Order: sequence, then C-alpha cells, then structure tokens
Amino acid sequence: MKKEEFRDNESLELLKESGSNVLLTTVNDVINWGRKNSLWPLTFATSCCGIEMMATGAPRHDFARFGMEVYRASPRQADVIVVAGTIVNKMAPVLKRLYDQMSEPKYVVAMGACAISGGPFFLNSYSVVKGVEHIIPVDVYVPGCPPRPEALLYGMIQLQRKIETESIKSRRRRNASHDVK
Amino acid sequence: MDKVHLGDIIKSLDSDIEIKEGKQFTEINIPASNLYTLAKQLRENHETSFDFLICITGVDYGQDLGVVYHLRSIRHNHTIVLKTRISDRENPQLDSVADIWRTAEFHEREIFDLLGIKFTNHPDLRRFFLKRSYGFPLRKDFVDDINIVTK
Repeated sequence: MKKEEFRDNESLELLKESGSNVLLTTVNDVINWGRKNSLWPLTFATSCCGIEMMATGAPRHDFARFGMEVYRASPRQADVIVVAGTIVNKMAPVLKRLYDQMSEPKYVVAMGACAISGGPFFLNSYSVVKGVEHIIPVDVYVPGCPPRPEALLYGMIQLQRKIETESIKSRRRRNASHDVK
Repeated sequence: MDKVHLGDIIKSLDSDIEIKEGKQFTEINIPASNLYTLAKQLRENHETSFDFLICITGVDYGQDLGVVYHLRSIRHNHTIVLKTRISDRENPQLDSVADIWRTAEFHEREIFDLLGIKFTNHPDLRRFFLKRSYGFPLRKDFVDDINIVTK
C-alpha cells in the first residue's frame, strides 16, 4: 500500500476531526512527524517471532532506517510494544502490566499468528490467550508464522502512517473507548 | 555390549518384563508394581549401569495412563526405554524414582501437574505450573469450557 492510498474512510475521518483548526493541524503534523520517526520498541519477545524481530533490527533488514533502532528494556521509555509470540494465560497479566507502565502515546503491534488469534494453539489449548486483543488494544496486525522481517517492517511502516493521521484529540478518545470495552 | 545380550541381562533381573525392539531403542514393558525395584537394579548392576535418566514422559493412552523412562548408560554407551502403564485413572499411583536419579524429581512433579499421576515417596510432590484447584490438562478427558476452543 502506498502512502497516498492510506486514505480510507476511517483515517479520513480522523483527519477531519482535527481539520477545522489550522493551528491545531499544524501542531499535530509536527508532533506526529516527531512521534512516527522515533518509534522505540520495547524489548519484549516470547517465542520464534522474537527471533524474526531481532533479524528485523539487525543490519540486513535494519529498521533503524525508519527510526526504530532503539530497543528499550524499560516500558517507561518505549513507544511501541511488538507482541512477538505466544501469550499464555500466565503471561497475560505481565503483558498487561507492561502495557500499563508504558507512557502515552503508546502503540501495540500484534506480530504473528499467535498474537493475532492464538494461531496454531487456537484449538484444544488450555493455556494460550486467543489473540492479544483480549488484553491490550492492538494498532497493527502482522500475519505470518512467523512473519518475515519484511512483513514486520511493513507493519511498522503502516503504524507510522497511522500515527501520521492522528490528532492529539482523537488519540485520547480512542484509548477511552477501549477502556470502556 | 550388543542389544541381545543387554536384553538377556535385563530379563534376568526381572522375569515379568516384556522386551521389544523399537524403531530406535530397545523397549521394555514392565508392570507398575515392579518398576522401582528394576530401576534400582538397572542403575546399580555393573553390566547395565544406567547412570543417566534422559527424560520421563507421561502419556494418556485413553484407557490407561502411562509413564515412559528413557535411560542411558554413559559408561557402556547404551540406551533403553522403560514403559509402564497404570489402569486406575481415579487414583493413579506409581513409585517415585527420584532417589535413584535425582533429575526425576522435577520430571515427576511436572507429570503430576499435567496428568495427575501420584508418585509415592517423592520428596516434594507439589503442582509445578498450575494452581492447586486446576484439573489435569493433558488428560484426554479434561474439560475447560472457558479456555478451550474445540472444533
């Protein structure tokens, strides 16, 4: 998907919400530009997707090119959590706590089949969370088992495009709606 | 030592066993009541000298529960598989081999946790991963309507 094509109804509405005020849109543009170009991921990986995530960070694929090079070991300093791998019921409260500890604005990428739906563990499993969306709100889903580094890279760029369409106002509203749910 | 000779030695230790040549290893089926005595002899006998317990596996065969021991001798460089079955599903019991091979302690705790087989004389038989009130999730008849999605 090209950047110009990232203009579906949903993102257009997000744009419109903040579009009435010239000053606010400009401020948004500057803030979003800053945010999207320094997305720092949390060092969080629970299985083989984590290996692909490392490969994405390594020189061959090198997502430092897009400003995501700094893996943070503390959720306080991270902007995005890439849920790379299977989340089991025992891990769920830990993941939720990590997400809660991250400071706003925060984003979630569900990487791989396990994080999206439980994947190969969807049927007959007593221990696996069927999709990380049950615990935390997901911004981008990256399918694959595990996804290739290119796929994760694409997902992260999609996230950047999403951030680009945000306004300070709408971001707050989005989070509030998930809390109610 | 070749496999036939090893089989003969083990047969002389316990006549109730049944020796079968598996795809990879020699398999020995043994009644649950004789397991501990044979295991101890296998370890202490100088000709067998199974000093290394590779792993213990718990199995639910549907009707019976089973436990499979992979044994290896570092000294003689040979491996066998010990298999036993327990037909009592309500209160399955088996002698612990934790005092013969120390590594069995955690393996047996895990099997107890997931299949509910009680190992008598185990030094510390508590649940390994799950809560005390949880069922035994690797049993074929385990039901959990909240967490398990079935086709």
